Amino acid sequence: GVCHSGSSASISPYPVASSSVTPTLTMSPFATSMNLLYCLLSPHLSNFASKVLICRNYKGDVDMSEIDHFMPLLMQHEEEGLLCPVMSHGNVHFMWIKHSNLYLVATTNKNSNASLVYAFLYKLVEVFTEYFKELEEESIQDNFVVVYELLDELMDFGFPQTTDSKILQEYITQEGAKLEVAKSKVPTTVTNAVSWRSEGIKYKKNEVFIDVIESINVLVNANGSVMSSDIVGSIKLKTMLSGMPELRLGLNDRVLFGLTGRDKGKTVMMEDVKFHQCVRLSRFESDRTISFIPPDGESELMSYRINTHVKPLIWIESVIEKFSHSRVEIMVKAKGQFKKQSVANNVEVRVPVPSDADSPKFKTSTGNAKYVPEKNLVVWTIKSFPGGKEFLMRAHFGLPSVENEEAESKPPITVKFEIPYFTVSGIQVRYMKIIEKSGYQALPWVRYITQSGDYQLRTNV
Amino acid sequence: MTDSKYFTTNKKGEIFELKAELNNEKKEKRKEAVKKVIAAMTVGKDVRYTFSDVSCTQDCEDPNPLIRALAVRTMGCIRVDKITEYLCEPLRKCLKDEDPYVRKTAAVCVAKLHDINAQMVEDQGFLDSLRDLIADSNPMVVANAVAALSEISESHPNSNLLDLNPQNINKLLTALNECTEWGQTFILDCLSNYNPKDEREAQSICERVTPRLSHANSAVVLSAVKVLMKFLELLPKDSDYYNTLLKKLSPPLVTLLSGEPEVQYVALRNINLIVQKRPEILKQEIKVFFVKYNDPIYVKLEKLDIMIRLASQANIAQVLAELKEYATEVDVDFVRKAVRAIGRCAIKVEQSAERCVSTLLDLIQTKVNYVVQEAIVVIRDIFRKYPNKYESIIATLCENLDSLDEPDARAAMIWIVGEYAERIDNADELLESFLEGFHDESTQVQLTLLTAIVKLFLKKPSETQELVQQVLSLATQDSDNPDLRDRGYIYWRLLSTDPVTAKEVVLSEKPLISEETDLIEPTLLDELICHIGSLASVYHKPPSAFVEGSHGIHRKHLPVQHSSIDTGESPVSGGPAAAMDQPHVIPSQGDLLGDLLNLDLGPPVNVPQVSSMQMGAVDLLGGGLDSLLGGDLGGGVGGSPAVGQNFIPSSVPNTFAPSPTPAPPATSSGLNDLFELSTGMAITTGGYAVPKAVWLPAVKAKGLEISGTFSRRQGHMYMDMTFTNKALQHMTDFAIQFNKNSFGVIPTSPLPVHTPLMPNQSIEISLPLNTIGPVMKMDPLNNLQVAVKNSIDVFYFSVLIPLNVFFVEDGKMERQVFLATWKDIPNENELQYQIKDCHLNADTVSGKLQNNNIYTIAKRNVEGQDMLYQSLKLTNGIWILAELRIQPGNPNYTLSLKCRAPEVSQYVYQMYDSVLKN
Repeated sequence: GVCHSGSSASISPYPVASSSVTPTLTMSPFATSMNLLYCLLSPHLSNFASKVLICRNYKGDVDMSEIDHFMPLLMQHEEEGLLCPVMSHGNVHFMWIKHSNLYLVATTNKNSNASLVYAFLYKLVEVFTEYFKELEEESIQDNFVVVYELLDELMDFGFPQTTDSKILQEYITQEGAKLEVAKSKVPTTVTNAVSWRSEGIKYKKNEVFIDVIESINVLVNANGSVMSSDIVGSIKLKTMLSGMPELRLGLNDRVLFGLTGRDKGKTVMMEDVKFHQCVRLSRFESDRTISFIPPDGESELMSYRINTHVKPLIWIESVIEKFSHSRVEIMVKAKGQFKKQSVANNVEVRVPVPSDADSPKFKTSTGNAKYVPEKNLVVWTIKSFPGGKEFLMRAHFGLPSVENEEAESKPPITVKFEIPYFTVSGIQVRYMKIIEKSGYQALPWVRYITQSGDYQLRTNV
Repeated sequence: MTDSKYFTTNKKGEIFELKAELNNEKKEKRKEAVKKVIAAMTVGKDVRYTFSDVSCTQDCEDPNPLIRALAVRTMGCIRVDKITEYLCEPLRKCLKDEDPYVRKTAAVCVAKLHDINAQMVEDQGFLDSLRDLIADSNPMVVANAVAALSEISESHPNSNLLDLNPQNINKLLTALNECTEWGQTFILDCLSNYNPKDEREAQSICERVTPRLSHANSAVVLSAVKVLMKFLELLPKDSDYYNTLLKKLSPPLVTLLSGEPEVQYVALRNINLIVQKRPEILKQEIKVFFVKYNDPIYVKLEKLDIMIRLASQANIAQVLAELKEYATEVDVDFVRKAVRAIGRCAIKVEQSAERCVSTLLDLIQTKVNYVVQEAIVVIRDIFRKYPNKYESIIATLCENLDSLDEPDARAAMIWIVGEYAERIDNADELLESFLEGFHDESTQVQLTLLTAIVKLFLKKPSETQELVQQVLSLATQDSDNPDLRDRGYIYWRLLSTDPVTAKEVVLSEKPLISEETDLIEPTLLDELICHIGSLASVYHKPPSAFVEGSHGIHRKHLPVQHSSIDTGESPVSGGPAAAMDQPHVIPSQGDLLGDLLNLDLGPPVNVPQVSSMQMGAVDLLGGGLDSLLGGDLGGGVGGSPAVGQNFIPSSVPNTFAPSPTPAPPATSSGLNDLFELSTGMAITTGGYAVPKAVWLPAVKAKGLEISGTFSRRQGHMYMDMTFTNKALQHMTDFAIQFNKNSFGVIPTSPLPVHTPLMPNQSIEISLPLNTIGPVMKMDPLNNLQVAVKNSIDVFYFSVLIPLNVFFVEDGKMERQVFLATWKDIPNENELQYQIKDCHLNADTVSGKLQNNNIYTIAKRNVEGQDMLYQSLKLTNGIWILAELRIQPGNPNYTLSLKCRAPEVSQYVYQMYDSVLKN
């Protein structure tokens, strides 16, 4: 676990302090954020040492050798079955997330704002992914200089700064960051009140694409009763608009209709709404108007949660009979509980089977069933599933005469699907007003889709 | 890239060359030179002499703001004390730079410099510059200045660096709407340290912070929650805004659970605190805490913890179904916790106890070893909570004796066998089997086993003498453990000297176990609420417990509502304002009272002195009573011990009834007569008693009929009952027990029934009571749940205690105290009632009431109507003040009651009504 940043790669072409400057220890008992940031490569099975890919010491008050304790600590926790996103060694605290085979670790010796640290770590993944497509060992090694430049711009002395990757891309570029490039000014956007959109954007054809995506989360007990269900909706934008347009989005929001005394058609009660940075929150709070200057390109404008009792759109009944030392017999019935005119696409019903099952045999009334032994699953795929229809799948597995002694967990049946042109909550975009001072006409396009979220049905076996 | 080349230049005269290059007019050259300086520093060379020439200081004047900013950012990162002095001038310029990007970077640089050389930063006036930036026109600059100041001020806990005044707060709130998500977090964290001067200011800040709950960034949301949770303390609980705000907090907290698992974890740890502080916020949301199969283990365990905290009668069926599901999972830690949770539900929600017990029995049948052991541990607690209710399952438990290999489970099983030895035929064999490997057991098991065998011996002495000898000698002579030896010797001595006392000691009644466990101690909880979102809130530990060097730092605490301080102080200070204000609100009564008692209200010379002493005592009790009678008890935040302490001393002198068998009323002794004569109220013995009513009909109790009433005689309380056997068989082994109740009523002695009750026989029983038992608020307040056991079964019924049995003999208040108290109790506590159809004169009324310890302090005739001023005191020290208005010719009397605990007033009124009409 030696820090690699002392090598030439970590020295930015501009005099940015190297992380290997000897830290001076001072005691300040509070930190808004973290002190040190590491990106570690997950240890290879044959070799317990993890490799430090990036190390940025923002405050210099945690010893850089402390990271050596991280991986052993993690493994110890894992072994004890007490994995935890926060771990401590002495007076150093590690807050970490895992992204594919990389660990992003923030260390601190203060009472840091933990929720800010995790939000920042995930932001980091987002920014790196937008810069390098994939965040992985190779992309980091190939882009050391940009990575460190980004780390300097994303955070200063433990305080997160500019983290909007679209804006960052305007002044931190991947072409080796030559001094000539650095000469380019900081986009005023960075410090503007509108910090997410640059001026001077131009499109020949001005359009906005609105995607309304609702994910259904369902938890059904083995006896068939729905324990919990909710809808998490998301409104995504692809904005291709010139200039600095002012947008206003109108939804059939029940609270808004209540405020204005309007009562036309179906309205939707959103339990909680979360907005992108760009939406004026106090305006929404006072009169439920969703008004904003959109970021350019793709973004998630808002998300909402609806707590109503949803009828599970695809209902599953299953009979799983396990005859010890002999066989498992599975019967699954899937029923489309949505309108006949709608069709669910790419339906996947994933049924767990014991890990020692063998010789699978299937029979389906429609679609294909496949055994995925590495996941101990039967995956039943139905490309097109019309509403109101009912399909059946039977599976038969052999069981070895000498049985696995370890108790097996009881994973639920999970279902994946998507139903286009339809939202289960009935939410609708009533209008999208687009006003720009140049006065151009712009077209909004809306698309609705409902899909499975966390969709689990417990079984008896 | 070829950055590594800078590390290779290694000539003599290097410093000189570097200096020259740093001053080269070509920027390219200068850039190269800086890289060389840094490379040299990296490998540990002394390049100090070049610092004055390092382009940083010059770049601070570069026309490109990006370069100026990079220069100032870099300067702060060179953590070398010596060079900092070169940085002052450039930094000063950058703090006033025209470009906000430079200013926001310079703001952070001040914090960096402060970390290296605090004194210099102060001497150079940078802190003032930083404070000026709070008023900057650019929101990002404001946010970074706030972050830097917060960071610096934490190392100067006593300095008021941030200078949070309403003006600055307003600036922060404006910047809050415009800066980045991170800046919003800094500002919110800073706002949470502000103490608004009054509820109006608190509300207006809350109104401007609430929109942040809709932010997509979870850190912004949690920091906003922190501000709101803190400022809620300042808002009056009955205001509409307070309740609106509570409702607004729930949805964003729930939404945090749709985030990434680590974000969920931080959220759950914080929700765990919030649920303890303000359970009402999430009480409807239990479903979102149901565990999903793919949740990481740390999320599962936290959700489970919160589920138990939110479990209530309303949702217990769902919760139990879930817990049962979890208990059949494979993750050992999770399963154990789920089993424990079932036990906790049984203890918390009484109505569910039976279902919980049967669920636990089902789980024991699975024979999964760790499930069985965990179940036995929680069943012991259920036995303790509901004595004499579920012992029928002991046989099932005993079947699993052999599979118990964990000390906790073994100890629990041994405890159960010892505690119920009289019901387990082979208790001696069972305990003996544990004795074989005595020295291999853990200390916990050894101690429990010792006690269990002693209990067994006391219950079945004839058969177990040998066993007890054996365990005593194992514990004392063969053991090296001092605790075990001590306990062994104590029992030995006790058994050999006085078996009767031994029985009283060892088999004494155990205090009931509390409903909530693992609650965070209230002051710590309040401190942690101030740290929502931070590591402290994740660890549930104060920062001082895990941050080095923070011990001297002041601990954060919740703001205190100003108005409540005022009320608290007024009786002691008795300032003229307080004294004069009140009569304005109720002028007629104030004047009336003043006249009546011939007291001059003007100069508060005499009154406060008397009252400060007396009121002090009243306040002490009032405080305890508030927590007893207030809604807070539900949360049970460590309230009960405090209540107990406040209670017992006050009630002991009145209610401690030493006589185990009370003299029946008919044989009242000479002493009683004397007592009655001396107090001049020999009209009747004791006060009004309701005629006996049937409490437990025979059809519901397998032939046992109980009718009864309550009475108060010579300062003691009694439950007078008639037991009638309407069954065909005789009844023996009577015992009685009360559930916890509002006044802590418990029997002073066991049920005095010593002979079998034959069919068709009745006996009269007078059970002495006292009020030193455990307290729990009941609804209605005077409700008492009773369990009566006999040889046939256990029966439950509940009765309402007429409140007059709690009216104590020394309930007569001094006139001055009465006046002061009347004025001191807020007007909203005054309740008015009508007593209808009463045809008594004022003197008869006084007499009747006095027999029930309601004392008339003063009587006055105003415009033909009689005004009686009366006081009474309850066993728990609550005073009730009354004004009774009797108009001649009008059979309807008006009764006004004033009390610090107005909940009791309606019951007092009922007593007035009953007493006067009988």
